[in-house]
Amino acid sequence: MNERTMTEEQHFEQMIEEESICINDNIVYDKPETLTDTPMHYCPGCGHGVAHRLLAEVIDELDIQDKTIGVAPVGCSVLAYNYLNIDMQEAAHGRASAVATGIKRVLPDKFVFSYQGDGDLAAIGTGETIHTCNRGENILIVFINNGIYGMTGGQMAPTTLPGMKSTTSPNGRDIITMGNPLKITELIAQLPGTYYVTRCAVNTPVNVRKAKMALKKSFEYQKENKGLCFVEIVTNCPSNWKMSPLESNKWLEENMLPFYPLGDIKKPTN
Amino acid sequence: MAKVKGDIIIDIEKCKGCELCKAACPQESLELSRKLNTKGYHYIVKIEDNCTGCTNCALVCPEGIIKVYRKTEKKKEQVATISNVTGDITVTVNS
Repeated sequence: MNERTMTEEQHFEQMIEEESICINDNIVYDKPETLTDTPMHYCPGCGHGVAHRLLAEVIDELDIQDKTIGVAPVGCSVLAYNYLNIDMQEAAHGRASAVATGIKRVLPDKFVFSYQGDGDLAAIGTGETIHTCNRGENILIVFINNGIYGMTGGQMAPTTLPGMKSTTSPNGRDIITMGNPLKITELIAQLPGTYYVTRCAVNTPVNVRKAKMALKKSFEYQKENKGLCFVEIVTNCPSNWKMSPLESNKWLEENMLPFYPLGDIKKPTN
Repeated sequence: MAKVKGDIIIDIEKCKGCELCKAACPQESLELSRKLNTKGYHYIVKIEDNCTGCTNCALVCPEGIIKVYRKTEKKKEQVATISNVTGDITVTVNS
């Protein structure tokens, strides 16, 4: 015990002797200004937090905080307006892309994005999503895919993998009785109205950087009135997958990513 | 070669102890604390002094509570002083 105290004291003295590098000139990474200081309500390890932060970083970098309008979905990210310091609108379940269409048509100078989960976008809002994409509205749709209904307690979603357990498929998803998983990103990439369709993840630092690039490109395309951009972010759901955050990221890499391969699905043509 | 020194500041009150930053750290300098914060989570602390300021921990942090600093230190020039001279000193005096 005595030894430990000594080493701690020595360490402390050493720290005082050395000049601290924690000064404003040396900052290389800090929370973006658009992200508020409110502590997030998400479970530990949830990918929503990273996705919010990336959006905020991109908005800060492009300096469009006063010109951006977001549409929040129904789902875990229903309270996204508490964390993003921009104008936000709440939409009915699945109708975020339709609401975003309306906002963009009335205010064409603003940057409009909708932020939707898989239960919101791919289940109840399939019709709205497909028609928004087919019309080629000049908005950005951020699609958070974790393969499960998170907020309501882990029910099976259209994007649930074959054999994956959820509260409504306790023996694993059976293809014969429950149907195949819906790859909605590939589906809407077929439509002529979409301009840029990509799939990212936020499980590793490399993937986080790539996801940020995709979001930034989408906002830049929107500025040039190129058409609809669709960014799918494959994330984890530690609570409803019944795993620790680290295990869930490992499971995501081993199971989700082979089924939902990362990369650009539709690259801009010109 | 210039030495790169980094440091991080963690807002432990907002930390939820998910350990994603611990897994992302190439220097293995992060560890969960034994103590709890006011939310009841074990928070993350930096235990080693070998941070390079690579920002990996901050990139994967879902809460966005890690602030990263980095400084590139230039090598100090060797200056002879009375205390560190070991050999004989020859003094030539011109008259």
